[in-house]
Amino acid sequence: MSDLRELYQSVILDHNKAPRNFRRPAAANRTAQGNNPLCGDQLGVFLVVEDGVVKDAAFEGSGCAISTASASLMTESVKGRRLEEVEKLFDGFQRLVTSDATAPAEDAGLGKLAVFGGVREFPVRVKCATLPWHTLRAALAGGRQTATTE
Amino acid sequence: MTLDVRGIRADFPILGTTAHGRPLVFLDSAASAQKPRAVLEAMQRFYETSYANVHRGVYELSERATAAFEGVRAKTARFLGAAEPREIVFVRGTTEAINLVAHGVARSRLGPGDEVLITELEHHSNIVPWQMACDERGARLRVVGIDERGELRLAELDKLLGPRTKLLALAHVSNALGTVNPVREIVRLAHERGVPVLLDGAQAVPHQRVDVRELGCDFYAFSSHKLFGPSGVGVLYGRAEALEALPPYQGGGDMIASVSFEKTTYQGIPYKFEAGTPDIAGVVGLGAAIDYVSAIGLDRVAAHERELLRQASEALASVPGLRLIGTAREKAAVVSFVMDGVHPHDVGTVLDQQGIAVRTGHHCAQPVMARYGVPATVRASFALYNDASDVEALVRGLAEVRKVFA
Repeated sequence: MSDLRELYQSVILDHNKAPRNFRRPAAANRTAQGNNPLCGDQLGVFLVVEDGVVKDAAFEGSGCAISTASASLMTESVKGRRLEEVEKLFDGFQRLVTSDATAPAEDAGLGKLAVFGGVREFPVRVKCATLPWHTLRAALAGGRQTATTE
Repeated sequence: MTLDVRGIRADFPILGTTAHGRPLVFLDSAASAQKPRAVLEAMQRFYETSYANVHRGVYELSERATAAFEGVRAKTARFLGAAEPREIVFVRGTTEAINLVAHGVARSRLGPGDEVLITELEHHSNIVPWQMACDERGARLRVVGIDERGELRLAELDKLLGPRTKLLALAHVSNALGTVNPVREIVRLAHERGVPVLLDGAQAVPHQRVDVRELGCDFYAFSSHKLFGPSGVGVLYGRAEALEALPPYQGGGDMIASVSFEKTTYQGIPYKFEAGTPDIAGVVGLGAAIDYVSAIGLDRVAAHERELLRQASEALASVPGLRLIGTAREKAAVVSFVMDGVHPHDVGTVLDQQGIAVRTGHHCAQPVMARYGVPATVRASFALYNDASDVEALVRGLAEVRKVFA
């Protein structure tokens, strides 16, 4: 069961149980819906972006522990960041969860997001972790968009 | 009368393998069943000794391949209780069988304002083809609801069978809930109003004896891969007149009597629905699968699975925070459930780490999920090679899920 503990780290379990920024800010000016047709995960990402800075980030929806914790930690980590930094985080996170499982999990300034390193060992769960990030990106790309994992 | 499950398990090479270092506990036969050695060997032997294209050559090998292929048609007809082999059409699977009928019905008898009736517990493959047919023809798709247990509301069905209803399509057994529908009674109701009935038998045929003439249905569809045969092959049964009334499905070789640029005439049934070279070895494999389950006896399989369902339902009822989705009085050995505070996808991952294969998700039945207000469920489905030890493994696995998500 050691792999399971790698996947379901205590930080992830905590954010699943008590998701942060689980709300819909009235001032949101960038939003997108994301869904994973395979498992039925659905979430909405709501951002307040001003002067190239993410002033507020929140989400709503229902999903598995991995996608819920990923959305929760994502909103925490992008809040207060400039859009270029967010883009870097997106790339770093993608690499973290998809890179060759034998390579060491690189930190790349990901901070707490590094807890998702264990996802690499579970290829069918990668999309759960990346769905919130794809949805965030769709929101930033402008308009009201829907992101899917497919 | 009890099944020799140990002996049966020995017939399935894959059941002796491991997953994540644990003995495989396979509880996903409703998605696709595993294959006995007899099926694998029949296909291998056919390729090695009798393979050629069918209905073509005058040479011995082609004759032998054709005889094997047509032999399975006759065998399938007997297996389903059909009146004649020509009532058996080979297709790619249940999905294609339903599409074939939907396509034919749309072209031959569906017009603006007409209705097609389905039910709330259908698999997407018995929803979407009818939606497409109705959209194309300006017809209306109507849906019979289910109650909290997952049983069809028969009074509603009775009401919805109207003068504009051109066809009723429903599952014999629900894939997501396990509900066994009272199809004989339903067919009788529909026929009283002159409405033909298609039954999706994908989840029924591997688990109980099916006799299409006893049921009285006009069409019956099932897939080889759920019946321990190869994937890529399926069967559409149609009463001869019902099939004759449908236009051809795909155009191509083998389905024609003669072709010129001015006019093509089609073959009779079943060939007018079988364009192109079929999955010949796959059909041979299906024949071996039918022999396999027939030798064991589907009545005995049904009794064995009824007992497994009882054990599983009882054991799962004692798991804290577990809610069964679908509690019909007549049920196949399928248990769909959700656990408080744990998403089905996470349940699936934790079980997988213990070598237990279950299906998680919406089971291609999103309207059913919506009906119960859940995004997904965990589904454990049993087949003739499962026994009480698999139920015990599942319950132990769920205890581990609780530990991880304490």
